[in-house]
Amino acid sequence: MNQQLTTQRNFDSMRKSLNTLGSSVSAIILALSICAVLLLVTGKDPFAAYSKILETGLTGEKLLEMLKRATPLIFSAIAVAIGFKMNLFNIGVEGQYLFAALIAAEMATHVSLPRPLHILFILVVAMVSGAAWASIAAFLKIARGVNEVISTIMLNYIALSFIQWLFESFFRDDSDGGLNVKTTKIAPSGRMPDLVHDRLNGMFIVALIVAFLYWIVVFRSRFGFRLRASGLNPIAARTAGIPANRMVLIALMLSGAVAGLIAMPAVIGDVYGYGPSAIATQFGFAGISVALLGRNHPLGIIGAALLFGFLDSTSAVLQLSGIPSSIVKVIQAIIVLVVVIVNEASSRRYNRRTAERAAADLKSQEVPQ
Amino acid sequence: MQSGSAKSSQTLSAESAHVVELANISKSFPGVIANRDISLQVARATIHAIVGENGAGKSTLMKILYGLHQPDSGTIAINGVITQFKSPSEAIAAGIGMVHQHFMLADNLTVLENIILGYEPTKYGVLSLGDARKRVKELATSIGVDLNLDLPISELGVGQRQRVEILKVLFRGAEILVLDEPTAVLVPQEVDELFTNLRKLVANGTTILFISHKLDEVLSISDQITVIRQGSTVSTVSPKMVDRLKLAELMVGSDLPSHGKRTTLVGEKIQLSTNKLTVLGKDRKNPVENVSFKIFESEIVGIAGVDGNGQFELCEALLGLVDIEGTVEIGGKDASKLSIRERLDQGLAYIPFDRHREGLMLAASLWENSLLGHETSLSRGPMIDFDAAKKSCREIIDRFGVMTPNELVPAFVLSGGNQQKLVVGRNLATAPKVLIAAHPTRGIDVGAQAAVWEEIRRSRDAGMSVLLVSADLEEVLGLSDRILVMFDGEISAELDPKSATPQILGKYMTGTQ
Amino acid sequence: MTQSKNFRLFVSLLAALAIISTVRLWTSQDALTSSDTIGTALRLTVPILLAGMAGLWAERCGVLNIGIEGMMIFGTWFGAWGAWQFGPWAGLLFAILGGVFGGLVHAVATVRFNIDQVISGVVINLFAFFGVRYLSELVYVGKQGGGISQSPPQKWALPRFNLPILSGGQIAGWKSPDFLGWLELQRWFILGDLGGISRGLTHNLSWATVIAVLVVPASAWVLWRTRFGLRLRSSGESPVAAESLGVKVNHLRYYGLLISGGLAGLAGGTLSIVASSYYRQGQTAGRGFIGLATMIFGNWRPSGILIGAMLFGYAEGIKLVASDSITALFLFIAAISGVFLVVAVIRRKRVQIAVALSAFLLSAIAYRTVDTVPESLTQALPYLVTLIVLATANQRLRPPAMAGVPFRPGEPH
Repeated sequence: MNQQLTTQRNFDSMRKSLNTLGSSVSAIILALSICAVLLLVTGKDPFAAYSKILETGLTGEKLLEMLKRATPLIFSAIAVAIGFKMNLFNIGVEGQYLFAALIAAEMATHVSLPRPLHILFILVVAMVSGAAWASIAAFLKIARGVNEVISTIMLNYIALSFIQWLFESFFRDDSDGGLNVKTTKIAPSGRMPDLVHDRLNGMFIVALIVAFLYWIVVFRSRFGFRLRASGLNPIAARTAGIPANRMVLIALMLSGAVAGLIAMPAVIGDVYGYGPSAIATQFGFAGISVALLGRNHPLGIIGAALLFGFLDSTSAVLQLSGIPSSIVKVIQAIIVLVVVIVNEASSRRYNRRTAERAAADLKSQEVPQ
Repeated sequence: MQSGSAKSSQTLSAESAHVVELANISKSFPGVIANRDISLQVARATIHAIVGENGAGKSTLMKILYGLHQPDSGTIAINGVITQFKSPSEAIAAGIGMVHQHFMLADNLTVLENIILGYEPTKYGVLSLGDARKRVKELATSIGVDLNLDLPISELGVGQRQRVEILKVLFRGAEILVLDEPTAVLVPQEVDELFTNLRKLVANGTTILFISHKLDEVLSISDQITVIRQGSTVSTVSPKMVDRLKLAELMVGSDLPSHGKRTTLVGEKIQLSTNKLTVLGKDRKNPVENVSFKIFESEIVGIAGVDGNGQFELCEALLGLVDIEGTVEIGGKDASKLSIRERLDQGLAYIPFDRHREGLMLAASLWENSLLGHETSLSRGPMIDFDAAKKSCREIIDRFGVMTPNELVPAFVLSGGNQQKLVVGRNLATAPKVLIAAHPTRGIDVGAQAAVWEEIRRSRDAGMSVLLVSADLEEVLGLSDRILVMFDGEISAELDPKSATPQILGKYMTGTQ
Repeated sequence: MTQSKNFRLFVSLLAALAIISTVRLWTSQDALTSSDTIGTALRLTVPILLAGMAGLWAERCGVLNIGIEGMMIFGTWFGAWGAWQFGPWAGLLFAILGGVFGGLVHAVATVRFNIDQVISGVVINLFAFFGVRYLSELVYVGKQGGGISQSPPQKWALPRFNLPILSGGQIAGWKSPDFLGWLELQRWFILGDLGGISRGLTHNLSWATVIAVLVVPASAWVLWRTRFGLRLRSSGESPVAAESLGVKVNHLRYYGLLISGGLAGLAGGTLSIVASSYYRQGQTAGRGFIGLATMIFGNWRPSGILIGAMLFGYAEGIKLVASDSITALFLFIAAISGVFLVVAVIRRKRVQIAVALSAFLLSAIAYRTVDTVPESLTQALPYLVTLIVLATANQRLRPPAMAGVPFRPGEPH
């Protein structure tokens, strides 16, 4: 009996995971079909495009590039997902990570520490800076009731200007010469070693560690439970003694701290500094897509980041074979749009089925007992 | 029959003495019979009151009249013509207007815009505001209402908002007005104003159905009173023929359960007490005023009262959700300055009024729901002990008889009664010192009700103190060791359940004494 | 009552004019109110204004529109394409259609499928950004002057005109006098400023600008004077009440979003057709979000949005035309806060005194100490102002009560 129950339970939770995976996969297939139509309409051969993507993407070199491109996406998506788990929409990841990148790159040049400590110092500074910038939105929400969606949008643009001003006025170092001005180059002790020379930086491992920690903290720990409870039903959580304001502050700061790591693969793994044209932007928004596609689950996020990284890695080659390279970005956007729609519909259907099945289970249980 | 025909049969209506005639209306929902064979006749241009306790079936009856529900059996006749309303719009077309207890107004739109919305006088799609303004002004004057039509609703008081609702209904040409608990939200002066307006309305030929449980008001305003108890009509009386006492008796009934016997004694240690507890109303009357009481170990103190007399705010104050004056002591220690978490750690537990709003995370699994509030004890270090949490949930499921396939299903799949059992179980499982139980059995079936009562009794016998808030007299009388009656934010009486009669309770609950 | 209100408005406008005129003469920064500055400001105001109105239409019907930026991007691209192919007027039409397409996607996602409104908006922004890049790759790459991030230049421009007699416009081939231009050149107290401002608004004016400005009274009229407008607003304020009175809330949300998208598209069109003559990637430069900020600043009212857009447009305009005049603005702000300070002291409003005093001191110090304002910080102005407004006046803002909340008719609420 007990054995049977356990099997039943495992089966139930498996069914839920399968349902999630199934709806995501079918959404991706649907999105790819929509893109195929789009390609056809614009006079391109979708099969040629897709087979080119697969063909070039599945080489060893490109797979390494996939991992490299997935790294910042994992950080970004986890930053967004922490907010989502508490029903907070942190659109400000963009501003948080760029701010953190500049501060960390600059601070890195002001200390001299042995290698592991120097790297650790830079990562901590990045996380603290990201958290600090995010805390502005948290403060505005707690003290003044300002919706975090609006405030983080505004703070993104304020961050961009602020960063530009800081950089131009104080941090830029022209001694290197050349067009791409940067902050002073970070000493070798502060550089994260590559896993595969010039192809994949050690920050990829950090990203996996952060994903694991995210799972532990948010899904397994007491704090994480409180965080999720506040997102699921804030009033019930408050009635059960979970302080709402403090959770908002902590959640947004944690989100900002993880956001602070997004640019680190570039800052300490590639560029060794901050420069307006050397640090890629838009990861904050891409992270929202990846978090949505990965449904805020660490494995889902890693999978989605790898998918996006895979698509990105093929764009340069596509261009060479006459297929507009931006199609991969269009595919990504369509995937996300379709996935959220399909998820919404399928979770509603799943809920209804679960309710029906529970009712049926109860009926069948009553007899033997 | 089409609803429109009710209006077209003007000749008939002149002959029919009764504007509204409900005959043998029955309506049941899964597990509950809301209305049983209700009949009712309302004469033209009169105020007809429908009184009854919470849950007696008044609202369901009015929703049937307004087309929100369809009756299982029975007929509705308007102006002598039998009609069926499939939706509110058909009822509106037949001249019925409803003023809901919770106003349906758009706060940022002006008074005039709210009144004309959906029924706008226009010329080529352009609002004829002058025309509308004139008509609304006329209507307002005819019932003695003075309103600035250009103010946004957000700047109006509750009484004025209600006036807007009434005008809105009249603007659509309603001749029959249903007012659902119109005085529940008003202060006495506002009630007087409302009654003045209603009398003018009746003088203009409007018929009013007035739902209430406030006997004073009912006696002063109505021409006829129909009493409903447990879904059935008890009788229809004229206010001249009855007094408050008689009405209270009709409303509450006299066949109440005997007090449950107990074998253990009430302890001597005070577990929960308040001293001059006041909850400050923001811009209205204080919802709780100067409430002092003590609850001893192993004692159930019932707070009887009609909903909305400050019980909800009292519970929030005890839990630490609102700012208070006065003190709260838990287990003999001052808890007035403690946070919710600290109060819970002192041994307080709370079964909330509304399990969906304050109690459950519907999308989360049962074990996560039973974990809420007990994270500290079901953890190992900083991590949740999943096995312990699931085991604890299974224990609750077994002990309280929650009907569920397992503890992994999300909470929304459970029936209301089983959800409630889970919430009750979550709060009793850790053997708290003090339990605040607000409507612990509201909306659940008889079997679940008995189970919950039994568990509360058992915990009481084991030493727990209980503050039981309920509008259900059967529950209060059957469970309590002592009864406090709450009326208008204050404790109006302390009674012994063994000697308390429903008449006496009814009097205090309705503020008659 | 309205008369005294108009009088008050007139007096405060005159006072503001007097102050800026004093500041201009004191600092000899004629650019503060030159027709050149005002004309540039007006050009920069238009897209922000339209984006703000796009936000207004969406939120008034109950749907947040974070996707305005994306809808504007569609507007810039399709507008430029249409103008390149068929001429500027057709271009504006295509710009509107491009925006409407974005609005339709938003409506289908949020109203039909109940997707979170913020998520839908964010995804539309991404989709638009990369979608038009893809289209550019298809259409513009290889064309003369075109490329993946840029369209070929348009051959025709929209006609511009000067107001006759006042600003030197032509009447049947006769060049009438430029009276305002002459007045501006006299540099007289108040009159000179009046001349500069009026000439800036009436000189070298594009018809598209006129249309854009007319959107404000037209929207106000439709929203507040027609049945459609009342019902649309009720869908954003209290969909439950509206539905109970027979209003088809979700239909109205569709219409509201289509109009919102159309206005956002037009905003994009003015960037790629009026303000320049080609499409360029990143042309919108966050103006969709400035529009959103303007909508909040303007308290969800057309007149407020107009004022906000003019303010932000002016700040951007003066930066472009005469960046060294910006410091003079500090003096202007100091003077204005000084006036407010006096009023607050008379009225004995403590909070107002504190705010006015700190604004006065800050701007006075800034005027004395700052020589040049870094451009990067002036860029942040609209966002900073909006955050301050949100943080200080949150209670006085009146957003549509149910904007952002999905509505499913027939479900219990």
